[in-house]
Amino acid sequence: MNLVEIRRLSKSFGGLSVINGLDLQLGENEILGVIGPNGAGKTTLFNLISGVHAPSEGSIFYRGVDIGRAQAWDRCRLGIGRTFQVPRPYARMSVYENVLVAAVHGGGLSSRAARKEAEQALDLTGLARRYAEPAGQLTLLDLKRLELCRALAIRPRLLLLDEIAGGLTDAESLALLDIVRQVHRRGAAIIWIEHVLHALRRLASRLVVLHGGGLLADGDPEAVLADPRVKAVYLGE
Amino acid sequence: MVAAIVNTLVQGVLIGGLYALFALGLSLSVGVMRAVNVAHGDFIVVVSYLLLSIATGFGLNIFLALALVLPVAFLGGFALQRYLLQRVSGKAVLAPLLVTFGLAIIIQNGLLEGYGADPRVLPGGALETKVVSIFGMQLGLMPLVTLAAAIVLIFALDRLLYKSQVGALIRAVSDDPGAASLIGLSPNQVYGIAMGIVGMTVAVAACFMGLRSNFDPASGPGNLLIAFESVVLGGLGSLWGTLAGGVVLGVAQGVGGQIDFAWQTLAGHIVFLAVLAVRPQGLFPRY
Repeated sequence: MNLVEIRRLSKSFGGLSVINGLDLQLGENEILGVIGPNGAGKTTLFNLISGVHAPSEGSIFYRGVDIGRAQAWDRCRLGIGRTFQVPRPYARMSVYENVLVAAVHGGGLSSRAARKEAEQALDLTGLARRYAEPAGQLTLLDLKRLELCRALAIRPRLLLLDEIAGGLTDAESLALLDIVRQVHRRGAAIIWIEHVLHALRRLASRLVVLHGGGLLADGDPEAVLADPRVKAVYLGE
Repeated sequence: MVAAIVNTLVQGVLIGGLYALFALGLSLSVGVMRAVNVAHGDFIVVVSYLLLSIATGFGLNIFLALALVLPVAFLGGFALQRYLLQRVSGKAVLAPLLVTFGLAIIIQNGLLEGYGADPRVLPGGALETKVVSIFGMQLGLMPLVTLAAAIVLIFALDRLLYKSQVGALIRAVSDDPGAASLIGLSPNQVYGIAMGIVGMTVAVAACFMGLRSNFDPASGPGNLLIAFESVVLGGLGSLWGTLAGGVVLGVAQGVGGQIDFAWQTLAGHIVFLAVLAVRPQGLFPRY
């Protein structure tokens, strides 16, 4: 059984149709890369899976259950974690508190277990040394680490990464890739929207291209990137 | 002369404790829910009547009556948020204002119908008349207890918000409800808990207001104005700032009253406007 099965998913905002009859599957422990031009519906897809928006039509099955109408917090408690393209820390709270609230409520852990989980996530993402600092004072790299860390603290079965390498230097991207790799090894499937293709190529086992709210291509990353339609639409060649 | 000035200042600080109690709940609801509850003063009055009914009806000590009312106030605040205020929050800026304004009118008229227009006071027993001598000044025990209650309540709320897991949830949802829902928090549930805590602070304020002054069904808007000025003077989101705001108002009123009795209330409003003009963010803003 697939971890995620999206069937004929559509989303419109007023008269603007952003996702149009999308079908997509994700296997257990798979890393799926998602690319597409601006306005292709990538972040809307994440918003639909994570529960920020409800679908206009279609279904989202997660571990065999249709979660399309479930509240965002219930989906999180089922093990769906996500990061944001523009980091959204709780700026006045410390780094540790940011992660702890996620562990307690998203992870459904007791206080003691949540503290341990939060500390492990901080260690894994390299934020342990900054745990007491207000999150609003972090650098962009550390904010992206915090996004990952907070998503990790809920012990995700499915992790949605929204352009975590965007705006970072190559060295910084590599540092984050290493963290993503370790998260994947812990058993999480990942859907990763990214414009930094060399980062995506290193980890993604499969790549899909969204265009106009539908699927333009789906398959092996190198084969997809060599597809003339993808080159024309996304790479402008 | 010096003794009179010191006495005026001390009395101002003591009344500031009561004003801080009025303002604490409003400070929390503005800080967490980002909404001004226009019925805040009327909630204080309605709980004062509830305390009066319990204390006189069952012959209970007023503080025992308060202990009984605290859980009811929590549930009342929770239910109010979950089943009424939450329905209008986030839709338009005016909607929560109009709903709470409507509530204020319903409460005032309901109390008038049920209790009549006569001013009431809560029975404080021996505490009402007890006087203690501090540095040669004769001070009422009740105002001292009121100030102490405000300080203890602020300390407790500060610990709750900044040192407990419940506080971390409330601050996370207050910061970014959208992001909070994606780490497993239900903002509606957390707002309900926050409003429950507001309800408990309202109960404490109601008790001390009724012990220290007369109240009637129309007292609510006056309480709201004092609470609002204390919160803004202190700075949004700062609980200790709210105490400072209350004390500034109390002292201003005391000094104004010494100049001319008619100036007592006006002096508080003038100081409020003056501070707002010079320091619009308040004295100790946290947000």
